[in-house]
Amino acid sequence: MTEFWDIVLAASFWAAALRLATPLIFGTLGALIGERSGVLNLGIEGIMTAGAMTGWLSVHLGAPLWLGIAVAAVAGGTIGLLHAALTVRLGLSQHVTGLGITLFSVSLSSYLYRLYVPASGSPPKITPFAPVHLPVLSDLPWLGPAFFQHTALTWLALLTVLLVAWLLWRTPLGLAIRMAGESPEACEAQGVSVFSLRTGAVVAGSALMAIGGAFLTTAAFDSFYFSMIQGRGWVCIALVVFASWQPGKALLGALLYGMFDAFQLRLQPLVPGVPYQLFLMMPYLLSIAALVLVSRRARVPQALMQPYRPGER
Amino acid sequence: MSPVLELTGITKRFGTLLANDGIDLTLGRGEVLALLGENGAGKTTLMSILFGHYVADAGTVRAFGQVLPPGDPKAAIAAGIGMVHQHFTLASNLSVLDNVTIGTEPLSAWRSRRGAARRRLVELAERFGLPVDPDRRVGELSVGERQRVEILKSLYRDARILILDEPTAVLTPQESERLFSTLRGMARQGLSLIFISHKLHEVVAHADRVAVLRGGRLVAERPAAGASRAELAELMVGRRVVHASRVPLEPGGSLLRLDGVRVEAGGRRLLDDIALDLREREVLGIVGVAGNGQDALSRLFAGTAPQPTGRIELLGRPVARLDHDALAEAGLAHIPEDRHHEGVVGDLRLYENAVLERIRDRRFSRLGLLRRQAALDHAAGLIRMFDIRGAEPTTRTRLLSGGNMQKLILGRNLVEQPRLIVASQPTRGLDEGAVAEIHRRLLEARGNGAGVLLISEDLDEIFRLADRVQVIFKGRLSAPLPIEAASEARLGLMMAGEDGDAPRAA
Repeated sequence: MTEFWDIVLAASFWAAALRLATPLIFGTLGALIGERSGVLNLGIEGIMTAGAMTGWLSVHLGAPLWLGIAVAAVAGGTIGLLHAALTVRLGLSQHVTGLGITLFSVSLSSYLYRLYVPASGSPPKITPFAPVHLPVLSDLPWLGPAFFQHTALTWLALLTVLLVAWLLWRTPLGLAIRMAGESPEACEAQGVSVFSLRTGAVVAGSALMAIGGAFLTTAAFDSFYFSMIQGRGWVCIALVVFASWQPGKALLGALLYGMFDAFQLRLQPLVPGVPYQLFLMMPYLLSIAALVLVSRRARVPQALMQPYRPGER
Repeated sequence: MSPVLELTGITKRFGTLLANDGIDLTLGRGEVLALLGENGAGKTTLMSILFGHYVADAGTVRAFGQVLPPGDPKAAIAAGIGMVHQHFTLASNLSVLDNVTIGTEPLSAWRSRRGAARRRLVELAERFGLPVDPDRRVGELSVGERQRVEILKSLYRDARILILDEPTAVLTPQESERLFSTLRGMARQGLSLIFISHKLHEVVAHADRVAVLRGGRLVAERPAAGASRAELAELMVGRRVVHASRVPLEPGGSLLRLDGVRVEAGGRRLLDDIALDLREREVLGIVGVAGNGQDALSRLFAGTAPQPTGRIELLGRPVARLDHDALAEAGLAHIPEDRHHEGVVGDLRLYENAVLERIRDRRFSRLGLLRRQAALDHAAGLIRMFDIRGAEPTTRTRLLSGGNMQKLILGRNLVEQPRLIVASQPTRGLDEGAVAEIHRRLLEARGNGAGVLLISEDLDEIFRLADRVQVIFKGRLSAPLPIEAASEARLGLMMAGEDGDAPRAA
C-alpha cells in the first residue's frame, strides 16, 4: 500500500499522466469530430504513425518544430481526405476502409522513413519541444513540476478540447456536423451538404490525430521508431465511446488512461518477477472495464457508419 | 386574385414510367388544397418537383409570380415553400430547437444565436397553436408532437406555402382532427396549404378544393364542399371498386388463446398481460396507433419475438413456447408488417420467394437440393390463382409493385389452407384495387373456417373486416368489443389511451 502512495504522491506521476494523455487527447478529439459527423475513422492508428513520422522527419531535415507539426497535420489531413473520398463520396464500408488506411499509412511511413534514414545503430535524434516555463506557476513547489511544466503541445491539446466543445455546442457549424451524424436527410433537406460536412470533419479530425502522433516524436521522445504508436489509436476509438461523443468527457477519459499508464510504468520495477507485459495490459483492461460501465447508456450518433446516398430512404 | 403557386405543364418520366403528365395546378392565398390519388398516381413526384428534389422534364413552377429554378430545394425554401414529409426528417437525439434551427444560420458564424432562435420558435408555436417545448429531445416526443416540430421547421423559415405529405397517416382520429383545425387556423392567417391524401373523408371534410391525380395525370378538380365521396373514389381509382362485404358467421372453436402473456426485451415491457381468444370463422381486429406494441405482437407469431411468459393455447392445446416449430405445426400463416424486409427477399426470384418458407417441404426439396421445376410450377400457380400481375416465376421479386408483392405473400400462405392467419398491416400503402383484393381473400379464408388476427392502424379496414376488435395501447389490450358496438370516436379515444374504462385493469 505504501508503494501506491509513494507513486501517486510523486509530482512526476501527475506530470507523466498528462504527458501520456496528450496524444490521446488529440487522437480522441479527432476521432470524435469525425464520428459526430457520422464517419468512423479506423485509419487513426496509421494516421498517428504518419504524423509521428512526418513531424519528426521535417524537423530532422531542418524545419522548425512548429513547421514539423504543421507538416504532420497536413499529412494527416491528406490521408483523412483519402478516407473521406472512399467512405463519404463512394460510400464504402467505414470499417474496412479505415483498417486499409491504417495498414497503408503505417507501411508508407516506415518506407519513407527508411528512404531518409538508413538502418544503423540507434535512430537519430532531434531537439524536441522544451517545457514552457510559466511565471510563478512553474516554480511552485510540488504543483509546479506536477502540473505546470508541460510542452506547448500539451497546452494546445487542452485548448483544443475547449475549441472542439465550443464548435460542437455553440456554433451553427457544430450543429450541422452533429445533424450530419444524426440525420443526414434532415441536413440535406435544409440545403446543407452532408458530403462537405463529413469530408471536412474527417479531414480536420485526421489532422488532429496526426498532431497527436507528432507529439510523440517531437515532444515526448526525440526520435521515430517503427510501431511507436503501439495501439494508442485504438485506445482513442474506445475513448470516444467512453466519452459518449463529448469532448469534455474525452479529456477525462484520456487523463484516466494517462494515469493508469503512468501508474503501471512506476509499478513495474517495484514488483519483480512479474512479466512486464502484464503491466502493459493493465490500462487496456481498465479501459475495457470503463467502457462496459460507462458507455452502455451513451447516445450513439444515429447515422454513425451509415453512408449517405442522396435520394435513398 | 393571382395564385401564390402555379404549376404549368409539369411532366416527369422515370425510364418508361410517366410519373407526371402535363399537370397544371394553382393554389390561392389562404387556400387548403387536397391532392388526392392512389399510390403511384404521381402525387409525391409532383410535390418533389415543386420542392426541388426532382427536376421536371418539362413545365415550370411559379411561386408568388417568380419562376423557381428547377432542382434547388434551397430556392424553394427561400421562395417560402415548406414541406412536411411523411417520414419525418428529424434527429431524435437532438433537441427540438436544434432540429428547427439547423441550416438557418451561416455556417461560418462563430456562435449560434440560440436565445433569439428560442424566442422566435416559442412565438411561432403560440401564434399557430403548435405547442412544443424547445428543449425536449425529439426522441422523447410523440408522433403528433414530432409532426408539429416539422411544421414549425417550415414556419421558422418563413414558409407561406406548406405542403404536407400524408399528414394523418400516423395520427389517431383525434390527433388528425386537431391537426386539421390547426391547419385551418394557418390558412386563416394567410398561409396556403396543400395536403396529400388518399383518405376520402378527410379530403371532403377539411379541404377547400380537391385535385385528383391518377396515373400521373390531373383527372379532376372540385370544390370540396358538396363533393361526393363515391365520385371521388371512382375518379381516384378509375373504375368502380367493389368491396367484399362481411357476412355474419357463427364462430367455431378456439384457435388461438392468450392469457396473461407478457413479452420483455432489454428491460422494457413490450407486451403486458395480453389476453385474446381467436375463434374459427372470425376476424379479430387489433387496432392502435403505431408503436404501441403491434410489432412485438406480430413478431410473437413469426417466432422472432423474445419468448413470452403466460398461457398460450394453439388449436386448443397449450404450448410451452411459441417457437418456429410450434407455429409451423399449427399451420399458422403470418403476413408480416414490412413486406420488403420480412416478407420477401427482394433479390431472389419470385419462385424462390414462393417456396422460401417451405424449403424443407418434400414437395420443393430433395436430398437438400431445391426441386426447381416444382418451385417454378408452384409459383406459376400462385401467379394465376392470386392474380399477381407483371410477373413471371423468374422475375426478380423487388420489381413487383407493393400490391403484387403482397398478393404473393398472401398467396403462398393461403394456398396451404391455413386455419390460423396473423396479418399485420396487410394493406398498408396499397392502392384501392389491391386493398379490395386482399380484403376479399382474407374474408374468403374466414368463410372457409380460418381465424384471422388482423393487426391494423387503419380504422376503415377494421370496420370492414373485423367481427370483434381490441385496442392496443402501450403494450396492453383492451377487452374485445363486438364491431357493432365500436364507433370511430370510441376507438379513437381508446387508441389515445383516454378511455379509462376500456383497457383491462392492471
